[in-house]
Amino acid sequence: MNDMPMVRFENVSKRYGALTVLDNLNLDIGRGEKVSIIGPSGSGKTTVLRMLMTLEAINDGVLWVDGEPMTHMMQNGKLVPATTKHMRRIRAKIGMVFQSFNLFPHMTAMGNCIEAPITVLGMKRSEAEERAAELLDMVGLSAKKDHYPSQLSGGQQQRVAIARALAMRPKIMLFDEVTSALDPELVGEVLQVIRKIGREHDLTMLMVTHQMGFAKEFSDRVCFFYQGKICEQGAPAEIFGNPKNERTRQFLNAVLEAG
Amino acid sequence: MWDWTFTFEILPVLARAAIMTVEATALGFVIAATLGLVLASIRLAFPAAGVVVTIFVELIRSTPLLIQIFFLYFVLPKAGIVLDAFTAGVAAIGIHYAAYCSEVYRAGFENVPRGQWEASIALNLSPWNTFKDIILPQALPPVVPALGNYLIALFKETPLLSAIAVLELMQTAKNIGSETFRYTEPVTLVGVFFLVMSLVSAGIIRMLESWLQRR
Repeated sequence: MNDMPMVRFENVSKRYGALTVLDNLNLDIGRGEKVSIIGPSGSGKTTVLRMLMTLEAINDGVLWVDGEPMTHMMQNGKLVPATTKHMRRIRAKIGMVFQSFNLFPHMTAMGNCIEAPITVLGMKRSEAEERAAELLDMVGLSAKKDHYPSQLSGGQQQRVAIARALAMRPKIMLFDEVTSALDPELVGEVLQVIRKIGREHDLTMLMVTHQMGFAKEFSDRVCFFYQGKICEQGAPAEIFGNPKNERTRQFLNAVLEAG
Repeated sequence: MWDWTFTFEILPVLARAAIMTVEATALGFVIAATLGLVLASIRLAFPAAGVVVTIFVELIRSTPLLIQIFFLYFVLPKAGIVLDAFTAGVAAIGIHYAAYCSEVYRAGFENVPRGQWEASIALNLSPWNTFKDIILPQALPPVVPALGNYLIALFKETPLLSAIAVLELMQTAKNIGSETFRYTEPVTLVGVFFLVMSLVSAGIIRMLESWLQRR
């Protein structure tokens, strides 16, 4: 079981009506691997994360997490569509950080970080608070633990969101354009935190990003999506230094020109 | 024209009736606010059952309250369900306003951004905890003013209960009038009472609103 990748997309397709967003995707992500997904808007890259978080149902194929099917389950030796209960058990291994933070506005930074550990993991309040305090400290926000999201800057909110996701002890972290909604001067502090958890936690990380410099420096592998397919993938040095595909080259030229 | 002695004479009787009116309002609104939330929540949690709720809500909203009061008091006994006038009246008012309140709650639920649901899934919260801890606390504060308006509307409709002889204010004023042939004082007092209570309620709701906003 442990030779299975942490995440496996097996012939996964996603359609909205006549529009095919992801076309027969096959992608393995290894344990502890850090993968960046880049590509033009509408290429299906965010959908990859959303399907993995079960925010979108898949139309075809099977999604595997940590050696087990997530969208399906084994019944009499056959894969059948998963029940909600099964899906909940598997998705406990996954945490996600969103472009728009999505903090709970009626809870403090601390409240945001202890809600799920208490209600889902059944932690004692004191234990959850202790752990949340450590995480808020790690993202540099110990002083802000009693602040509400509306009292925090975008960068601070996103760091709380990262701490909140980590509080559930996921094995896989998904980052969906987490710096896109931030003012330019706040991008750095969030990337700094992501770098830190990449170093200090044994996490598999999958991120959709427009920060090419960060993708290049941080990831083990970069996947370039185009029109619902992986157009090209490889080590960052390869993709950024010597892209083979014409589409990749065009995209990178356009992005680097703008950036 | 205005007889103060008579006014003070009827005041204690009217005061008792006023208490009855306030009781009917309070009980009716508790039913309206609770049942309305239940209806809106059913629609939220089970979209399939939502059709039934929608039909019920439209049925209630599209028929006069007076008919519903009569129905509960005079028609239900034919089906073996006998309610006393106060119970029937309060139930009718409560159910009627529950239909309106359910629409208010629905607007409140729809107002909560999708991202809040998605964050709850990402944190693996159960549907119940998502509803109770995340959605409801965000959906309720913005709809307090609208619910308050219905509280005042409901309050002002309690005189309809006089149609089934509940001894609320209007019925009592009518009784005093028919016994003494003097309507000026009792009816005026009832009007003043409704005015004062409506203004007081509106003030309380505004205070509640600003308290919720400050949080």
